[in-house]
Amino acid sequence: MGFALVAGIGIERATKVFARTTAIKGISLDIKDGEFMVLLGPSGCGKTTLLRCVAGLEHLDDGRITIGDRDVTDLAPRHRGIAMVFQSYAVFPHMTVEDNIGFGLRMHRRPKAEITRRVAEGAELLGLTSLLARYPAQLSGGQRQRVAVARALVMDAPVLLMDEPLSNLDALLRLQARADLKRLHKEVKRTTIYVTHDQVEAMSMGDRIAVMREGSIEQVGAPMEIYDRPASQFVGGFIGSPPMNFLRGSVRAGSFEGDGFAFPISRVPPKVDGRGLLLGVRAEHLRIGDQGVPARISVVEPLGDHALVTALVGKTPIKVQAPIDVRAKPDDDVRLAFDESKARWMDAETGAAL
Amino acid sequence: MNARVLDRTLVYGGAILLAVWVLIPLYLVAISAFTPQARLFDYPKPLVPTTFSTETMQFFLEARGVIPSVINSILVALFTIAFGLALGTPAGYALARFRFRGRQAFQVIVLATKMFPIAILSIPLAVTFLQLGLYDNLIAVALVHTAMALPFIILVTGGVFVAVSHELEEAAQTLGCSRWGAFLRVALPLALPGLAAAAIFTFVISWNEVFAATILTLRTRTLPAQVLAGLGTSPLGFKFAGGLFMAMPAVAFIFLIRRYLMNLWGSR
Amino acid sequence: MRARAERFLPFALLLPAVAFLALLIVIPMIQALILAVIAEGGGFTLEHFERMAGDVNFSDAWRNTLLLLILIVPLQIVLALVMALLINSRFRGHGFFLYVYAIPLAISDLAAGILWLAVFTERGYLNSSLQGAGLIQQPILFLSFENLPGILTAIVVAESWRATAIVLLILIAGLQLIPRDFFEAADVFGAGRFRRTIHVVLPLLRPSLQSALIIRTIFAFQTFAVVFALAGRNMPVLAGEAYVWYAANRNEHLAAAYAVLLLGLTIVATVVYLRVLGLREAEVAR
Repeated sequence: MGFALVAGIGIERATKVFARTTAIKGISLDIKDGEFMVLLGPSGCGKTTLLRCVAGLEHLDDGRITIGDRDVTDLAPRHRGIAMVFQSYAVFPHMTVEDNIGFGLRMHRRPKAEITRRVAEGAELLGLTSLLARYPAQLSGGQRQRVAVARALVMDAPVLLMDEPLSNLDALLRLQARADLKRLHKEVKRTTIYVTHDQVEAMSMGDRIAVMREGSIEQVGAPMEIYDRPASQFVGGFIGSPPMNFLRGSVRAGSFEGDGFAFPISRVPPKVDGRGLLLGVRAEHLRIGDQGVPARISVVEPLGDHALVTALVGKTPIKVQAPIDVRAKPDDDVRLAFDESKARWMDAETGAAL
Repeated sequence: MNARVLDRTLVYGGAILLAVWVLIPLYLVAISAFTPQARLFDYPKPLVPTTFSTETMQFFLEARGVIPSVINSILVALFTIAFGLALGTPAGYALARFRFRGRQAFQVIVLATKMFPIAILSIPLAVTFLQLGLYDNLIAVALVHTAMALPFIILVTGGVFVAVSHELEEAAQTLGCSRWGAFLRVALPLALPGLAAAAIFTFVISWNEVFAATILTLRTRTLPAQVLAGLGTSPLGFKFAGGLFMAMPAVAFIFLIRRYLMNLWGSR
Repeated sequence: MRARAERFLPFALLLPAVAFLALLIVIPMIQALILAVIAEGGGFTLEHFERMAGDVNFSDAWRNTLLLLILIVPLQIVLALVMALLINSRFRGHGFFLYVYAIPLAISDLAAGILWLAVFTERGYLNSSLQGAGLIQQPILFLSFENLPGILTAIVVAESWRATAIVLLILIAGLQLIPRDFFEAADVFGAGRFRRTIHVVLPLLRPSLQSALIIRTIFAFQTFAVVFALAGRNMPVLAGEAYVWYAANRNEHLAAAYAVLLLGLTIVATVVYLRVLGLREAEVAR
């Protein structure tokens, strides 16, 4: 369709102001061609706004956006070389599945034969071949979602944008659709921006994840990198289930002390004596035993393959992932051991990792 | 009788009683209009007609000026629909799609004009139209009717476009449509039933309007103007037939727009 | 720059409608004012207003317009309220009844007047029925100029019949804003249908009742064709006088004086209406 078939996306100092609030605050982000980039964050963090700015449905107040080597900041959506899947799917109710999938090709005045062929290919790819003559009202939610994806894919646009495409599906269908989308991405290799608030989706699908908060990007990185080394308390708390545990305290002479606890610590970041710190530890890095930090069990939740134990360290509840046959029961006094190399130190004021 | 049965009896009894109240004058004028003129003065009249004749109706339709006035009424209504939709649809769309400064002020203007006695303004307007050579012209009547229908058109079309998801238009834009193309290919076809309802209600407003039509015309009468002008002199049969002829479309029109009734006078 | 173009779009879409309304409302309003205060030969005068006030029909027109207003508006509201509460109880078939009740919405005041003429005329269906039931010996002249109560009754009935539909739609829209929970909560606390209506529904419906009241008040000033159809010139009303002075007496200045009077009344009522509406928005916010 006249666009370069591979294209990276460059976002530079993108700023968007709505009537009262700044929706995105000078975001810069580079997305490589063929990359699957996930924008992850809680509602209202600006992830959808950023996606819509890339699509051209919103216009930046400052900054610029490039797709491939073209500056698209001032272009209309149809001139940007993007295709988009909407949260509500936005499947046209007055057109059949076939006309929906072929809509973009018709708008770009492709020859009839080519439209027929590519619609058939797109339908095949998403298992819609037998539904081509139906109207959206006769389809299930999952089928409509697939029509929306097929409609975007047949465009052969170098950039594919997806705005929470799975959030309207029920849990079981979502699992299936997630795997399907991942397989599709492997096959078609479009540069993709995928917006979600679901960290599991983000972890399982993204080549990289940009975690957003209040109109800014907190951290960009590969899923495991973000999981293992969160750049801030916010990221650690947002990614992972259960979220990362945080203990608030300060280091004095080799000991970490806080509200109701104190324990020796060996690997301390430099020059932190006396400063307010957060110690972040993931549940699976904690072990219940007879060595380590004193704690009192408060809740034990068996979850099938493991048990989730809540223990109080001083007054702070800490989640521990324990073997399912753990013998802890509420009010037991135990000790929690953890691997200091996997713990994260953060500044208690700013939440930023040290 | 237990309480539930009593309740149901009260509800249906009341509902039917009120329906009879609404329908009875329509029924009575209908049987009057299909009674031969000579028998219109029978007394006491039976509530169930004994004779059926189209004589009175024919007399009305063949009376001088009636058929032309019906055609005039339809023409004025069609002009009004054309002007009204052309002016009102964009405004309704803007109200449905955008949050902009002055939105509330505009809504207040719409609410206020909905109640404004625009017909009264035909008196000064007649003077202007006389100067502009628009006096006794159907376009002039249509312009006043447009002003009367416009607030309703804006409210109804606004409601219609709110119901058509904005994401559909955005999807069309990402698939190669311009903004205008997306409106034309996606929003407009989906809004069509609602716009048709707005058109029908506009027709009703124009078809029924008496005051402005009478003031602004002399020979090019619309049907209500024709009937009003003849009220003092025409025989009863003419009035009944005319009344029925004017009221009849209501039964069909309200049926067609029943789903949109709430947008007309719902106080938003 | 696209962002800026986008910002102007809504105004561009509104402009034609606003310009048109300004042209067809604001300018004629000013013209009505001017017509009403310039003398036949030019120059400012209050003579038209003086003639209007001194006219034999003027005080009658005032009295009749207000009388109709006072009689019709409450009747409409009570009727519409009963209809709206019935419809809102969502009994089987309520959609059909709503349709029937709304039919008069599309019937003009002229046609409504003629419809009821078939009932109230000397040898009409009312007299026929009364005589059939043996209640009267000879027809009552309801519409004679000597029978003011008769004429009034006929007009009140016809106009209530016609415009109740408008009030009904306003009230149903208002009822729909009341969450169903309120009705159920009232059930739980043991309120019967009647007490529930009085204590729960009516206070919640107050804003809609107020809008209906004011809208109908404003429209009542414009009543004219229904009166002409039933009573001819036996019963002068303000809007009718404006029509007569323009169409029959060919005096546009006096007609304009009436128009200005009616505009003034409307503007006062509209200001009241907007005040009430403003109050309601505050209530919603609370």
